[in-house]
Amino acid sequence: MSGYRVVADTGLCQGHQLCQGEAPDVFGFDRDADVVVVLVENPDESRRADVAAAVKYCPAFALSIEED
Amino acid sequence: MNIPEVSMVLDDQSAEVPAIIKGTGHLPEMRVDPIGLFHRVREECGDVGRFRLADKQVVLVTGAEANEAFFRAPDDVLDQAAAYPFMTPIFGKGVVFDASPEERQQMLKNQALRGEMMRGHAQTIEGEIRRMVADWGDEGEVDLLDFFAELTIYTTSACLIGKPFRSQLDSSYADVYHRLEHGTDAIAYVDPYADIESFRVRDQAREELVAKVQAIVDARVARGEVPREERDLLDVLIAVGMDADYITGIFISMMFAGHHTSSGTASWAMIELLRHPDVMADVVAELDDLYADGSEVSFQALRSIPVLESALKETLRLHPPLIILMRVVQEDFELLGNTIPAGTVLAASPRVSNRIEADFPKADEFDPDRYVDPRQEDLQNRWTWIPFGAGKHRCVGNAFAMMQMKAIFSVILRDFEFEPVQPLDSYQDDFTKMVIQLAQPAKVRYRRRTR
Repeated sequence: MSGYRVVADTGLCQGHQLCQGEAPDVFGFDRDADVVVVLVENPDESRRADVAAAVKYCPAFALSIEED
Repeated sequence: MNIPEVSMVLDDQSAEVPAIIKGTGHLPEMRVDPIGLFHRVREECGDVGRFRLADKQVVLVTGAEANEAFFRAPDDVLDQAAAYPFMTPIFGKGVVFDASPEERQQMLKNQALRGEMMRGHAQTIEGEIRRMVADWGDEGEVDLLDFFAELTIYTTSACLIGKPFRSQLDSSYADVYHRLEHGTDAIAYVDPYADIESFRVRDQAREELVAKVQAIVDARVARGEVPREERDLLDVLIAVGMDADYITGIFISMMFAGHHTSSGTASWAMIELLRHPDVMADVVAELDDLYADGSEVSFQALRSIPVLESALKETLRLHPPLIILMRVVQEDFELLGNTIPAGTVLAASPRVSNRIEADFPKADEFDPDRYVDPRQEDLQNRWTWIPFGAGKHRCVGNAFAMMQMKAIFSVILRDFEFEPVQPLDSYQDDFTKMVIQLAQPAKVRYRRRTR
């Protein structure tokens, strides 16, 4: 199975931090800038469902998954 | 400006046009058929077109590329505050905020809309819905606008201001608030204080609201201090010395964004479900299954309810509560090869972009399957699926709003079934004001389910 890449657009992020609830191992938070930080750019396939939920429920539509 | 201007279909000098807005270009048409006007701009001019509101040139953009440029522009280039003159008399002439819109949005997010506050909000909302239906019999009729406008006054005041304040409200607040929202005639683009009926009603409503808040303030002052955990935002504002007029302005501005929007979306979701009984059946089956184990609404409303969510998203796409989003250009702005001069109003239209056929096949049809993986037409079209706007200013309350919708339908669709009591195509919006509301009557019949 091919891998995937997690992309965060910090120009859109509003700092709701919901993604950290879905996948805390993949998404961190920069308190000073009040925006998301992607901790793992190429997460394991086993993390895909939680990452997809984080993308789907991001209130700012700031996250996406890019297939490699 | 080299940007094409849309045709005129309503002569701005004709006899039916009120004297105060004669010669104001497309303003008379925007007061009667704004959707026709905005769609025609795209049809005739493409992604970037132009119309005129009195002395303001309005450049209306649609499509992903132009929308992205619009939504990504920084605040110091495209200013929101000056673009909505019809709001000033509602918030109050004297109410000047020390904070920019962005700072206020941040404050709201930090205080009332934080993720960890949502569980409490979900419980509050469930309680408010149950209270609203507590006096329903086994069957009867309700008007969707009356019902949801009253419910969302209680939910927004309880969640954003506080429960003590909410407990002092009754149904008269929804009535006053409705008259404020109705005072958003586009004539405000000529004069927000013009001597017209709906503005007089608006100003009268605001005075009534200030009097109501004054009475609550007086009672709080007479009562004296209470323990910290019993205080709400009102106590805080009284303590820092604000008067009732100013406090009322703050409350109106806090509740405004979440009130008519949520009320309208709940109403339209119900109407679309009544128009599509197969989708209604799927939603009810999903909810029955989800709650079969006795789980709490306040728990599930914060989690995935995919069939209901898709129906809500499709409702928002077809019936976005705000049909146009506006900014005033502060310095010359480059947009797709055009220079938009300072002073121009730049606008995007959720109503038009949400129905672009290339992005949303069979765009006028209600099809919740659009959101099922892998279609995900909302995420695939993040610059044209814009019921909540987009970019940095994408509605900060959208997660709250979706949770509220999920809680509302979790309660009412499990306890009641609904049927229309008027022709399905007779449920319509009233587009004659900038704040769009459901046109009345919009009655539905409920019947208690036997489970």
